[in-house]
Amino acid sequence: MNTVIFRTVAPFLTALMLLFSVFVLLRGHNEPGGGFIGGLIAVSAFAILGIACGVAAVRRALVMHPMSVAASGLLLAVASVLPSLFKSQAAMTSQWLEFTLFDTPIALSTPMFFDIGVYLVVVGAITSIALSLEERESD
Amino acid sequence: MPFQGVEATFWALLAPFVAAAFGPWLTRHLKHNAAWILAVPPAAIFLFFLSFVPEVSGGAVFRASMPWVPSLQVEFSVFLDGLSVLFALLISGIGTFVVLYAGGYLKGHAHQGRFFSFLFLFMGAMLGVVLADNFLTLFVFWELTSITSFLLIGFDHLRTASRRSAIQALVVTGAGGMALLAGLLLTWQASGTMEMSQLLASGDVLRESSLYLPVFILICLGAFTKSAQFPFHFWLPNAMEAPTPVSAYLHSATMVKAGVYLLMRMHPVLGDTTIWMTVLPLFGGVTLLVGTFLGLRQTDLKLVLAYTTVASLGLLVMLTGTSSAEAIRGAVLYLFAHSLFKGALFMAVGTIDHEAGTRDMRYLGGLRKAMPITFTAALLAALSMAGLPPFLGFVAKEVLYNGTWTLGSGAAILTLVAVAGNAMMFALAAIVALKPFLGKPVDTPKHAHEGPILLYAGPVVLAACGLIAGLFVASAGHLFADPMTLAVSGEPVHGELHLIPAHINAALFLSLGTIALGITLYIYQDKARAFASKTLETIGWGPDKGFDQFINACVILASKLTRTVQTGSMVTYMRLTFSVLLLVLFVPMIATASWPSLIPSELPSVLESCILALALIGLYAVLTAKNRVTAMVSLGVSGFAVAVIYFLFGAPDLSFTQFMVETLSVVILALVMTRLNLHNKDSRGSAAKLFDAGLATLVGLGFTLALAGVTQQPFDASLSEFFTQFSRSIAHGRNIVNVILVDFRGFDTIGEISVVMVTGLCVLALIRVRSNYTPPADPEANKAEANS
Repeated sequence: MNTVIFRTVAPFLTALMLLFSVFVLLRGHNEPGGGFIGGLIAVSAFAILGIACGVAAVRRALVMHPMSVAASGLLLAVASVLPSLFKSQAAMTSQWLEFTLFDTPIALSTPMFFDIGVYLVVVGAITSIALSLEERESD
Repeated sequence: MPFQGVEATFWALLAPFVAAAFGPWLTRHLKHNAAWILAVPPAAIFLFFLSFVPEVSGGAVFRASMPWVPSLQVEFSVFLDGLSVLFALLISGIGTFVVLYAGGYLKGHAHQGRFFSFLFLFMGAMLGVVLADNFLTLFVFWELTSITSFLLIGFDHLRTASRRSAIQALVVTGAGGMALLAGLLLTWQASGTMEMSQLLASGDVLRESSLYLPVFILICLGAFTKSAQFPFHFWLPNAMEAPTPVSAYLHSATMVKAGVYLLMRMHPVLGDTTIWMTVLPLFGGVTLLVGTFLGLRQTDLKLVLAYTTVASLGLLVMLTGTSSAEAIRGAVLYLFAHSLFKGALFMAVGTIDHEAGTRDMRYLGGLRKAMPITFTAALLAALSMAGLPPFLGFVAKEVLYNGTWTLGSGAAILTLVAVAGNAMMFALAAIVALKPFLGKPVDTPKHAHEGPILLYAGPVVLAACGLIAGLFVASAGHLFADPMTLAVSGEPVHGELHLIPAHINAALFLSLGTIALGITLYIYQDKARAFASKTLETIGWGPDKGFDQFINACVILASKLTRTVQTGSMVTYMRLTFSVLLLVLFVPMIATASWPSLIPSELPSVLESCILALALIGLYAVLTAKNRVTAMVSLGVSGFAVAVIYFLFGAPDLSFTQFMVETLSVVILALVMTRLNLHNKDSRGSAAKLFDAGLATLVGLGFTLALAGVTQQPFDASLSEFFTQFSRSIAHGRNIVNVILVDFRGFDTIGEISVVMVTGLCVLALIRVRSNYTPPADPEANKAEANS
């Protein structure tokens, strides 16, 4: 399994999969995709990198502990519930901000941040499980 | 919320919590001198409630409310009458001096800021209890006092004794709190109101209700646990593990009186019945005698005071239980006097402990020269406690003797109990105030000298208040005690209070008898102490020991149950789970005899058949696999086939997710397998294998039938139509699945991602536990596998 080819290709594959996962996450509102699926793709990416180059490399690449990633995701998701309260609407009523940047219509919304939160929770929680399982007692 | 009038009560309630937030910060910058600033909020609260006294003493009541849970008609409401105003004054007034005292007592302590914070949290909670009008408001604050009491008793959390006492207090008062909640909800059901003020106006509704008895029992349980009535009294002396400011404030002056408050509050609607006038005097009287008797044995000054507090609470409950206006007037006066003198005495004892290094009376003596101010304060307070003129305690005792005496010959036993209890309290007051100060100076662990002003301000002021209130008892009675008596007994009291008895009556002779008895006891205190110790040794067992036995029994039961249910064998877990699943699937079908048809309405297309065949090949590979990894990968094949089927039926999101989940579960399962010490071969015998195969087949059949049953029901499309119609127009999204997840049902998703997060943490913890020590065939890792 741990061949030279695999080890050489894995970082590129991981990068591509991560990019793809973000793409899947962002298109989710209108096309098949979303935070949960995107998160799972990102987890697979980290799992591949972990198998190829070792858990330590993944931890270095992530900088933060995966659980902190999950926690910040949860925080982001909960935070995106609140803005509507300031407009005296029920909690979690979606807020949209649409504008045009360089002739490209861009729509920012609280559901999008909520979905990013879901993505981060899934990535963080499952990556931390996978990584600790990959770690041998000797590591 | 306006800053004046009764609405401002909400601000007064909020103030302690704000102080709690700023306490640690102020203490970090000003050290112990922060107490001077922190004493301002309670003093302001005191003045605020003082401004209500003229109107409340005229019989006025105030009420203010804010919506809390409007959909359930729950309000956050406060209610001011004679009872709550006097309590609020005691809480804020004594609180002011306790804060100052804590500044001196914990000077230089690393966690003084935290202590202030807890103290203010308690103050806010206690104010909430006595001001609350709504039952739920009352209950929330009631529980908050239990929790803050737990935090304060366990403040010195490095000591085992502190932790045990804290948990004990929490368990006892927390259990009582549960009973109280049930009692209040039943009251709501019986009377139809959740507001105390409306309940009080409802007259006999509760007494005539069929729910009277359960309400009475539950309310009593709540009150008796909180106010340390026998047999729940044991937690209060143990709570003396807390720093002295806490003992002075929570465990004598305020919190433990919450139970008495509740009984007094409910008296107009629950009292004056045979059971009320039997149960309360019985438990109160026993508590009074047991408390004073146990107090006689102690040599630790703080414990002596703790037991007299238990006894005083017993006396208050007993008097409330008579339902006679005169006796309740006595109870009110005694409660007022007790808060003042007991708070002062606790602080004086704490000062002795702080400055001399011990509070065991056997190692103390002759401190009157070294600590003259503390001695004076302790003496003044003790004179009030002993019930001598011209102190408030004397008037209280006169009135309460008069109250029990006029009940008639049937209640003579109450008078007898009161005299006996008061005589013992007289002796104990003398012991606490005289023993450490008189006699020859003794070498103490620390060189004793007078404490700083922060330490003696509290005892001096509180003791002086007891004297002033005694001297001007007519006005004190008119302003504070009589409105409260009116609120409790429901009928106005007649006659002014006099310091000097207007005429010679029975109460005066009873007082003289009490004093004579008390002096005798004081002289023979060593004999009394020896007798009390001997009696208790003969009995041997007490509720305190019983509490430990109860907790141990709970732990043993829990671990036995766990060991029975959690055998650690994965095969057993699977068999149990599948058996239960089998019951869930088949019992409804058998019970309703509704067997769905298994004949498909249309045959699968060629493409679908191919994919189904792929799933079957995966299954065959699982069954014939030589080792576990092969089996897992083969199971993945079946899973992929299912994902493709989802795709064919127009659920790309679902199919997408299924692909990812299948992939990741194979990876994670493979990783878990490498960590388990599993045998390479299946160790089950052929009978077991046959049983498992049968179970699996039946469950599979059950699921097939259930799914077939679901698809044969007529389809209600209203929800999907709603989502299809509004997904774009309301939620700006074309992907309905995603819109449901992040918008329409976003709250569900919050719950789900929280579960994912917590599961991740748990699995992480389990893996860590396993890598630290590796017992053979560890069941924990199996659970980790099940979770992932």
